[in-house]
Amino acid sequence: MPPLTLGRLFLRCGILGVVLFVVVVIALKLGAVQVSLYGLGRDLVRVLLHQSSSISTDYGMIVVDIRLPRIFLAVVVGASLSVAGTAFQALLRNPLADPYVLGISSGAAVGAIIALMVESQLSLSPQYAGLITPFGAFIGAAVTIAAVYVLGRREGQIDSTTLLLGGVITASFLSAIIMFLMSTLTGSNLRGAPYWMMGSLSSLPPTSLLYFLAIGFLVAFGAIYTTSSDLNLLLAGEKEAMHLGVDVPRVRIVVYVAASILTGVAVSVSGAIGYVGLLVPHAMRMIFGSDHRMLLPASALGGAIALVIADTLARTVVAPSELPVGAVTALVGAPFFIYLLRRRLG
Amino acid sequence: MSTPLRTSMPNSSDQPRGNPDVRLSVEQASYVYAPNPSQAPLFTLEALSFQAKPGEIVSILGPNASGKSTLLNLISGALEPLSGRVFLNGFPTHSLAPKTRAQRIALVQQESRLLFPSRVWEFVLQGRHAHGRGLRFESEDDIAVAKNALAQVNALHLTDRWMDQISGGEKQRVILARALSQQPLLLLLDEPTLHLDIGAQVDLLESLRRLAAENRYTVLVVTHELNLTGEYADQVVLLQKGKCLRVGSPASVFQKDLLEHVFQAPLNVEMTSSGRPRVTLFDKT
Repeated sequence: MPPLTLGRLFLRCGILGVVLFVVVVIALKLGAVQVSLYGLGRDLVRVLLHQSSSISTDYGMIVVDIRLPRIFLAVVVGASLSVAGTAFQALLRNPLADPYVLGISSGAAVGAIIALMVESQLSLSPQYAGLITPFGAFIGAAVTIAAVYVLGRREGQIDSTTLLLGGVITASFLSAIIMFLMSTLTGSNLRGAPYWMMGSLSSLPPTSLLYFLAIGFLVAFGAIYTTSSDLNLLLAGEKEAMHLGVDVPRVRIVVYVAASILTGVAVSVSGAIGYVGLLVPHAMRMIFGSDHRMLLPASALGGAIALVIADTLARTVVAPSELPVGAVTALVGAPFFIYLLRRRLG
Repeated sequence: MSTPLRTSMPNSSDQPRGNPDVRLSVEQASYVYAPNPSQAPLFTLEALSFQAKPGEIVSILGPNASGKSTLLNLISGALEPLSGRVFLNGFPTHSLAPKTRAQRIALVQQESRLLFPSRVWEFVLQGRHAHGRGLRFESEDDIAVAKNALAQVNALHLTDRWMDQISGGEKQRVILARALSQQPLLLLLDEPTLHLDIGAQVDLLESLRRLAAENRYTVLVVTHELNLTGEYADQVVLLQKGKCLRVGSPASVFQKDLLEHVFQAPLNVEMTSSGRPRVTLFDKT
């Protein structure tokens, strides 16, 4: 009988942290311009010491100004999507739940596009300009979850199949809205339909927005993590959880809002990247078990690792051209989804 | 040999008001299911009252759709009575905070559906949730209580097995062990013998009788099993179509005419040498 202890939690997260570090270093090295490990280390130290001006070489500029922010973006987006997926799977009691499959990412994308349209009318000062988009994405995600939740209920209970079908229909409906908005509107800042529907990490947001999103991730993750013991019990059903001492309505609203924030954070800067929120939580569950106190941080780190790898593949496999990162995750994720579906039905 | 789960009674604030022998008191509690207020209600549970003492096994007996589950939900605090009250040690069960309620009332449901595979020990430790504050890791005490609970239902050998790889009878015992690890005052069981063979049924009821005597639990069993009720219950609450027809000892409730009327079947009721009633289907020949 070995229950989870704080020591074991830190050890496992430490190992995942080391893996993430190694993956990030490799991702920094790979690309059109090859970088030596020595040069990489020297430049990173200079950045940390706030001596960026002394980095004069071209590759230093490439690594610090282009690759590093993009990898940081992949870390935040990957972690957000995975934690959101873990949270949705517990909240909706459905192992196939994921922001993308249920159409929540598409909802966030519609919210973000509308926010971008509003923003262009408001003529805000540049430092606040980016902040409306994540907020719009959050509203879009929250409204979509509510809609999918209502669609997925039958006779007062969430029905697994109805929920998935409701999500698929919602996703397709929202994709049509995205296409409609993209065809009727013109504006250089709208980024185009493929970006919103497949996802990409190629357009970098301003650094201030990146920090803002990282803080948003940490707050939402912290909120979900406080409910991790409750989520373990919620997997057995709301009624049973209530009888074991879980304040079900409170947990439901905390997880609902926080998971919407996470989806909004990810989608507002990367579009709808699929399957990370499905694949990573399951992989982590296979390795570490389904205790959310372990699973949530493992999903965050695992999601970061997975998306950094996927994005590195997206920008190197067909170089000098580039794949949308969502295409890479879908190539791996869709077969995995089918495997899970068949295993459940079989 | 296992030590008793509850080493001391709860602190003085938990002491019952009024009669100290009464732990559970259902006082004129009623409930109405009406999904649409403008239409006639789908189901009505008429006001009923009974009391239960520590160490007592109460059987809520009745045919299907007699209101057994509704009464169980009123007692567990999941539903608020339309009128009347349900008191546990003097406190209305509905207004207890979720954690407090789970420390005092444990519910054993027919089946526990799992979304992801879980080990038996993980499952039993879920019963300790209500005793912790927010986010926490299980202490040595929690593990000791969980092991003890498994030992009390003779399931210690299952500790490291997966929940989906044990038999129905073993599963029922593990679910009971989780309820015991909540260290409750009141143990509620919803049709616990439904999926069990006759051997496992007797085994479960014998465990309940022993646990009620040793740990002074008040045990409430919802069932339609006449003979298990007759053999093991100290008190019977007989329900039919939302009405409480009789409350009393099995010997006083088990009357041929009454049971035939409630269960709509020709029955024979005879007393065994132990003073317990036994029911058989009436032989027409």
